[in-house]
Order: sequence, then structure tokens, then C-alpha cells
Amino acid sequence: MSFPWANEYKPGNGLTQWLDEKLPLPRFVYNAVGAGYPVPRNLNYMWNFGVLAGFCLVLQIVTGVVLAMHYAANAGVAFDSVEHIMRDVNWGWMMRYAHANGASAFFVVVYLHIFRGFFYSSYKAPREMIWLLGVTIFLLMMATAFMGYVLPWGQMSFWGAKVITGLFGAIPLVGEPIQIWLLGGFAPDNAALNRFFSLHFLLPFVIAGVIILHIWALHIPGSSNPTGVEVKTESDTVPFHPYYTAKDGFGLGIFLLIYCAILFFAPNALGHPDNYIPANPLSTPAHIVPEWYFYPFYAILRAFTYDFFFIPAKLMGVLAMFGSILVWFFLPWLDTSPVRSGHYRPLFRKFFWFGLIPTMAVLFYCGGAPAAEPYVMISQVASIYYFAHFLIILPLVSSIEKPEPLPFSITEGVLGKDESAVLNAHPAAA
Amino acid sequence: MRVRGGSRQGISMADEASIDTLGVTGEGVRRRDFINIAAVSFAGVGGAAVILPLVSQMAPSADVLAQSSTEIDISAIQTGQAIKAVFRKQPVFIRNLKPEEIASADQVDATSLRDPQTLEERTKVGKTNWLITMGVCTHLGCVPLGAGEGEVKGEFGGYFCPCHGSHYDTAGRIRKGPAPKNLEVPEYSFISDTVVKIG
Repeated sequence: MSFPWANEYKPGNGLTQWLDEKLPLPRFVYNAVGAGYPVPRNLNYMWNFGVLAGFCLVLQIVTGVVLAMHYAANAGVAFDSVEHIMRDVNWGWMMRYAHANGASAFFVVVYLHIFRGFFYSSYKAPREMIWLLGVTIFLLMMATAFMGYVLPWGQMSFWGAKVITGLFGAIPLVGEPIQIWLLGGFAPDNAALNRFFSLHFLLPFVIAGVIILHIWALHIPGSSNPTGVEVKTESDTVPFHPYYTAKDGFGLGIFLLIYCAILFFAPNALGHPDNYIPANPLSTPAHIVPEWYFYPFYAILRAFTYDFFFIPAKLMGVLAMFGSILVWFFLPWLDTSPVRSGHYRPLFRKFFWFGLIPTMAVLFYCGGAPAAEPYVMISQVASIYYFAHFLIILPLVSSIEKPEPLPFSITEGVLGKDESAVLNAHPAAA
Repeated sequence: MRVRGGSRQGISMADEASIDTLGVTGEGVRRRDFINIAAVSFAGVGGAAVILPLVSQMAPSADVLAQSSTEIDISAIQTGQAIKAVFRKQPVFIRNLKPEEIASADQVDATSLRDPQTLEERTKVGKTNWLITMGVCTHLGCVPLGAGEGEVKGEFGGYFCPCHGSHYDTAGRIRKGPAPKNLEVPEYSFISDTVVKIG
């Protein structure tokens, strides 16, 4: 499972030795995220975000469990119980703001984690399974975040629930029965609120389970690295602990500085004022938008305004929105270039920085803008590029691109071919 | 051959082998195969049967369904006015059309519309002035404007959905914007001249 030169766990005292014989949990941790896991020596700060995402999940579970102790999932009192948390519960305001902004922080680090994967082609063999599990985690996160946003039962909660469950209504023939079944009624109400709460509590633990599979699958080939060259010898790696526990710890410190700045100084900056108005089934807010982390996908949903042959525009939008994430599942087979890292792929790199990234930024902006011109037309163009990038450009670039020469090894990539560098790296050999 | 009870001492190698061939029929099927298949199938069907209540519990419950019809007094609605009522926790628009609104709806060639329907098809015989529709935009479920006093009625004088700009005419038909269908006409009947039962 790991490289042959990995450090072996040695119980330090009688107790750990006893434990190692009965339930080798310390050994497991040692091999997973301790000194027993050799990691490429050249990881940059883009490799921090997996650990940060794990931290965010723990943060969300801890604050979420606390909030559940004070929240009431009943359409009659849900809104008031959230205000009760904000005003009356000791530190309740902090727990709720930490949870709401924690969701945003979670998505920020996960997006960076995913785009790290895009740039360095982390999805390529032998790491396809890690990628597939990762996309699954992202889908679970989206479902969890959506249902969590419904719980305060404000105007955005209610109308968000209505619009998103309405997406299922676009499915031909069975759509409407499915929508009614999902809601347990004809419009979002008590039944929907209760089941969303139940699932919002459950799904994070499902996510934790899939994360364990994600890390398990990661430990079979080991971590990728910025050169994309596989580990060849022991000199290519350093033990995870203390090298990357220290580097991740530093990253965590930076992350917490930014997170706390928002949490304590601008806790509502990422939210919508409309959600402080209690849900009213008879009045729609003028401008319904999801939380910021769904903007790009919401823009794709709204970009489809014309019927596509026999497919109605509404269904087309729904298919495109789900398709925009499902297409990620096929990345390992769409990008056929044998070179992983974008550093050695001149053409791929151009399309990444000047194609995909600006497109995502444009979709992000349009998703938050009103559904009017010119935003609809701009999101139509951006949606076309988005799908073309994955389905046409990536396979094409892979086949015509001439990659730049790769270093022979990770060590050479870090220290260069320079004779003296090699000597410095192995003073004993000199 | 019976191997039940007693000690296994004294069973020869040949006897051991014959245990595996107990009750073998001509096709090489053992009695145990039948028990295996029967037991696993029974457990499988039982497991599958549990899915039914698990899925069905999510459907609307009896109390939600019990609210699925409502009676509304329409005697106070003057010509040209409309009210918002609640049916299945969703808004319903009940509108007393003015003669000129009926005329403008009838002027349009229904076959040219996105969702071709005439005003007559959308109202009850002899009660063409009573336009009863759901107040739910067929695009993404927002509540259109136009039923309340002083609200925008859109380019066609009916309803206007502010979310994504769908315009409905005086028959509640989609005329412009992203919505795919006309405003839904719920099932309803006139109990008397002044009371309508929806659902």
C-alpha cells in the first residue's frame, strides 16, 4: 500500500504495544497521516486544501451538532428558533455565524482543491478512483448545503427549496409526482423542512465515510505532486509527519485568519438579507439567488431559454446544470495526455488560465446577477465554452500538444540537474 | 444415508464424500441448493418489500392531503378585481374579468400560442368572466404579480412574474418569457353562484 521505505510504526511503551496487538489504531493513523506515509518532497501550498477541507467538515459537524441542540425543525417555529439561537442562546450567534460562514469556507477550499486537480491532472491514472470519489463528495456537499440553507425558513430558504425541487418537476411525465414526493406536499412545508433537517444531519457523516474511501484510495498510489512525475526512490519523498503536518499547520493558520476575519467582522457579507424575512408562500422575493457557491451552476441552469429540438428549455437547463458537474466524472478519460502537470503542458496551460478560469468567473458573476440581458446571453456563451472545454478542447489539446520535457525524477525537478545540487543533496556520498 | 446425531467416528472417507451428494437428483441439483435459493429469495423479497413503506412515507401525509380542497366565497370580487386564495399551501388567483379583458383574450388566435388554449377552455361554461388559476409561475414556481391592487400586470394585462420575466395574458396564458405553460387551472366547481370549491 505504501512505498517499501516507509517508516514502520514502533509502539513506544507497554500501553501502546498492548493497544497495537488488540486494535492497531495508532498504527493506522501513523501510516495514514503520520511518519509512516512517505509523500513527494515537492508539494506546494496547493496541496494544503485536502487537509483544510477535512478541517472544515469537522468544523461544520461540531457547530452543526451544537445548533441542532437549539433549533426546531417545524415550519411554525423554525425561523423563531434561529432568532432564539442568535439572541438568547449563549454564544449562539457565534455558533450560527461559524456554521453559515463555515459552509462558505468549506466550498472555497474544496473549489481550490478541485481546481488544483484540474491544473495538475490529479485525476489521471492511477488516481481515477480518488477523483471519482472526490466528485461524489462534492455532489453530497451540494445537497447538504442546499438543505441546510432551507432550515432557517426565511424567504430565500423557502423559495430556494421551491425552485430547486421544481427542477425535478422538469423531468417529463414523472417530474411532478417526484417533486410532490420529495416535498411531502404540494409546496415546501413542514414535511419538507423536517426531512431536510434529518438529511442535513445525516449527510455530513456520509461525506465523512466517502472521505475515508477517498483517502484510502489516495494511499494506494500515494499523493501526486507538482511535476506529475511518479515517485521513483526514497530521495523523492519525505515523511508526512513532521514535514507536511507542519506545512498544513501553517496553511491552517492562514486559513483561520481569513475565516475568523469574516466570521467576526462581516458575518453576513456572504448571505442574503431576504433570508431574515420569515418564509411567505404567497410572496416571492424579487431576486431569487442561491448561495454564492452555487452561482456558476445556477447561471448554467438559467442560460437555457430556448427549446432544444423536442427538449423543453426548462428540462434542458436542468440537464445542463447537473451535466456541468457530472462531466467531471469523465475527466480521467477525456484528458488523454500522458503528462499530468500543467507546468509541462504549454497549450493545456493556456486553455486553463485563459479559458476555464475566466469562464468560471463569468458564470459566477452571471449566476448572481438578475436573469436579464445581457447576463443571460453572456451565460449562454460561457456555458457553451464550459462544456466545450471539457468535451472538445481537452481531448483535442491532449492529442495535438507537444509537452515540454519532464524532469527525470521529483528530486531532479526540485534540485535541478546541476552536479553540485546533487552533491549537496547527498553530502554523505561526496 | 443418515449422518444426523451420534459420533462421526467410524464414518469412512467414502461416507464423507457421500454427504456432499445427499439427495442429488438426476440433473446434479442438491436439496441444499433448493433451500439456499428459497432462503435467499425469501430474504430478498422481504428486503425489497421494506422499501415500499420507506419510499411511501415521503409522499404527502393524510393531513396534507386533507387540505387539498378548499371553498371560497367570491361574492365580494367586483368586475376587474382579483383575489389571492390559498389552495394546497399555494396561491390561487381568482379573477373577475372585465368584458374588455375577455374580448382581448378572445382576439388572439389560440393556435399561435406556446401553450394553445382558448379562454373558454380555461373557464367554466357561462362563467367565462371567472378566471381561476394557480398563482404559481410554470417556469420555476414564483408567484406572479397582477392579482393584487396596483400590481404590475405585464405587457398583456394579465400577470407578470418578476423572477424571470414571464408575461401572462388576461386568460393566464403564457405570452412572453421563459415559462413553458399557461398558468395551471386547478380542478374546481361552482357550488353556488357565489361559492367556488377548488380541488
